[in-house]
Amino acid sequence: MKKFKKRRSMLYIPGNNPAMIQQGGVYGADSVLLDLEDSVALNQKDSARILVRNMIKSIDFYDTEVCVRVNHLSTPFGLADLEEIVPLQPSAIRYPKTESAEEVGNLLQIIEKIEDRHGLQHTTMTVHAMIETAMGVQNVFEIASKFTRIDAITVGGQDLTADMNIIYTPDGAGIDFARKRIVMAAKASHIDILDTVFPDVNDEEGLRRETEYAKKIGFTGKAVINPRQIDIIHEVFTPTEEEIRKAYRIVKEFRANAAAGIGVFAIDGKMIDAPVVHRAEYILKLANIEIAQN
Amino acid sequence: MKPQTSSQAGTFESSDVIFLIEPLPEKSGRKIELFSTVLHQYGESFKKTVVEMLDQYEMTDVHLIARDKGALEPTIKARLETAIKRSLGIHEGTVI
Amino acid sequence: MLNSLGREIPEFIQGIGTLEPFQGAWTKLRKGWMDEPTIPAPNKAYLPHQNKLCNSLEEAIERSGPHNGMTVSFHHHLRNGDIILVKTLAILHNMGIRDITLASSSLIECHDPIFPFLCDGTITRIYSSGIRSQLGRAIAMGALDIPVVIQSHGGRVRGIHTGKVQIDLAVIAASAADCEGNATGASGKSAFGSIGYAVIDVRYAKQVVVVTDNLVDYPCIPLSITQNFIDHVVVVDSIGDATKIATGTTRITNSPMDLRIAKLAAEVIENSGFFVPGFSFQVGAGGASLAVAKFIREKMKTRDIKGSFLLGGITSYCVDMLNDGLFETIFDVQSFDATVSNSLLNNRRHIEIPAALYANPFNCGCITNKLDVVVLGALEIDVDFNVNVITGSEGYVRGASGGHSDTASGAKLTVVACPSFRGRIPIIKKRVHTVVTPGETVHVLVTERGIAVNPAFKELEENLRKAGLNIKDIHDLEIEVDKITGVPDPLEYTDKIVGVVEYRDGTVIDVIHQLLEKSDYKLY
Repeated sequence: MKKFKKRRSMLYIPGNNPAMIQQGGVYGADSVLLDLEDSVALNQKDSARILVRNMIKSIDFYDTEVCVRVNHLSTPFGLADLEEIVPLQPSAIRYPKTESAEEVGNLLQIIEKIEDRHGLQHTTMTVHAMIETAMGVQNVFEIASKFTRIDAITVGGQDLTADMNIIYTPDGAGIDFARKRIVMAAKASHIDILDTVFPDVNDEEGLRRETEYAKKIGFTGKAVINPRQIDIIHEVFTPTEEEIRKAYRIVKEFRANAAAGIGVFAIDGKMIDAPVVHRAEYILKLANIEIAQN
Repeated sequence: MKPQTSSQAGTFESSDVIFLIEPLPEKSGRKIELFSTVLHQYGESFKKTVVEMLDQYEMTDVHLIARDKGALEPTIKARLETAIKRSLGIHEGTVI
Repeated sequence: MLNSLGREIPEFIQGIGTLEPFQGAWTKLRKGWMDEPTIPAPNKAYLPHQNKLCNSLEEAIERSGPHNGMTVSFHHHLRNGDIILVKTLAILHNMGIRDITLASSSLIECHDPIFPFLCDGTITRIYSSGIRSQLGRAIAMGALDIPVVIQSHGGRVRGIHTGKVQIDLAVIAASAADCEGNATGASGKSAFGSIGYAVIDVRYAKQVVVVTDNLVDYPCIPLSITQNFIDHVVVVDSIGDATKIATGTTRITNSPMDLRIAKLAAEVIENSGFFVPGFSFQVGAGGASLAVAKFIREKMKTRDIKGSFLLGGITSYCVDMLNDGLFETIFDVQSFDATVSNSLLNNRRHIEIPAALYANPFNCGCITNKLDVVVLGALEIDVDFNVNVITGSEGYVRGASGGHSDTASGAKLTVVACPSFRGRIPIIKKRVHTVVTPGETVHVLVTERGIAVNPAFKELEENLRKAGLNIKDIHDLEIEVDKITGVPDPLEYTDKIVGVVEYRDGTVIDVIHQLLEKSDYKLY
């Protein structure tokens, strides 16, 4: 079974900023994204790549999952990024502006070749596809479902609105369809789905509202551009005590019933079946609660 | 290896270091200048790191200036490697 | 001789006198009465209808009988906005007065202009809670022959009433005063809030000058400083810039790292067993510790807990909590934010207190003794939980003892909150360079990389572990940080003593040695 990873928050860290990278693991984010792409100036790509490589090797990020966003393979930097980063096997490689399954197939081939050269397995490191173009949104189900190595997709709001030639508005109207379509593709493929960043660091209420919306429509987490945003996002995505109690009861009773050969049963008059149990189990995982099998 | 051009890598930000490399004529030897906010606590280890990496690239005739604001070891090494590679013209995948 | 922390303390220092080694945080106080006598305060007389008003600060100083070897005192309530200290010393310098003992409740960056007076013999001794910036560098490099004496806020009061510091002239900046010298910091264009540190000076100084930029009709209320102790009153254009109070260590932080540490510290407090209705609370200066109030405020609201009193350096956050009804009372010895003045003036539950009531160990009980929880900063902390808040990692004097050791000694829960390293230098050491606050009075250290509980407090550790907090042994934490930063080479010092750190009870907890000449450049 796939290892469960909490991905409520993913903290963006510019790849050429040592002060931020060296503290990446202390803010309590579920994952950090060391970025070689848009946050790095074109004439500093080599510098960031070498820095990120050294930092991954020697800095302890504790329980925080480490991902690296590489440059697109159509740029002069993409291949060099992969050559430097893949051998380190971070938890995941994030690939920007993904537009088709074919593109992903090509990327995976290159990654696997590098892994072969270094005697590495193809199963440890995963790949996240970023959907930030209209074409990507159209092809998202194929992108999400075709390769098991893709274990999360994300939506990039700023780039997407630019690609659609519209202005990004705080109500997210322009990317609402994209958000929901991408969520559905992820759900159909049983992988994680992360929402785009909320750019105004000082607007805590706005962040909370947008995160609550993202949770409501199915996102499993949200990207973060400042560590100060992490707590609010975690609060929203962490189940409430009531939700946890209910989930605990459902899973407990399901196990007891299953042992007795009963599949469907009711709690407080509401039918409990497999999807409800599945969701309850997810809530308990988010809450760090384990129920012994027996 | 002989540096082809002058080069620079890093920033003046806190926890970072900036390196400047200038080629010197053959047999000039190495001239290493270090400015650091933590010179007294880490000057010797900084110098050791620099010398080891110059040795690794067999770079003997070079004038190197470093301005350090408390960079950690992996950062020092990354910036120096970048500066060396830039001076050698082997910085693939970068627009300079 | 060695004190109980194993620090070498000389028995006698020329210009300071016999030193008594530190023997433990409460050892000296245990008897309940002190051998040191209270020196008599001066008795003065004044005829009815005499005039205290002087035309200038020069005239007031002239009238107060300046002389070589005199001791001049100041308060630092205007913090980095103060201009009166520098002005006064410049006047004394111009009068040719030499060999002055400067006894300020603290010294901040804005006092750098007195540096030449340290070099030319105008100032030869300093008593202060803190020294920073250029002065701190100069002191560390040995600018004065006689070591400076660092005192806590409580210790300063004790030092004055036991005659260790005998003040000839106190110059008291006030943002409002009347012709008789009744004065306050709570109103006027330069309002700075509480004037608590100056109260002891006024009582014991041989001559007292009140300097104000806001002469009000008699009587000036509130009577923070009262006329029966005031010799002269001077009106000047400005006493300083009160908007500069909230700079540096007293500014609420926006730094993600400080906020992260503050959040962890708040979680420690919440789960410590001391976060209960009626608890009392103080946060010290310094980015992370000040920010703890923000998180505690939220937790009090969520858990519907109402506290008793807030103490100490008071920020606008504290005032908000009072107004929200989260605390019953504020005891304000120093305002960290000029905007606090309004509350001090208008809210009768926001009470101005003198430093003696705040923290003096030599009386029947200061308010720090009633403190439940205090959050403090650190420049360094060691594996025995001893805290340094006076000398920086580069060896300079660049901090303040302040109320650190006073509150740590009194509080039921002393939380030290600081990053595990700054600018590559580890904050957690095997042995701090200078001890200001002894480890026996510190309960828990909170850093971004883990929380360490003083092993003397098992129950606290148990509580925090149960809450799922990231508890580490302080020795492990020290090693972990060294691995990130590399082990720093030690700084080099001479045998010359440049500073004496008094513990609040007057014993000597540590001394500061002269730093060897250093630069930030080397050619290899």
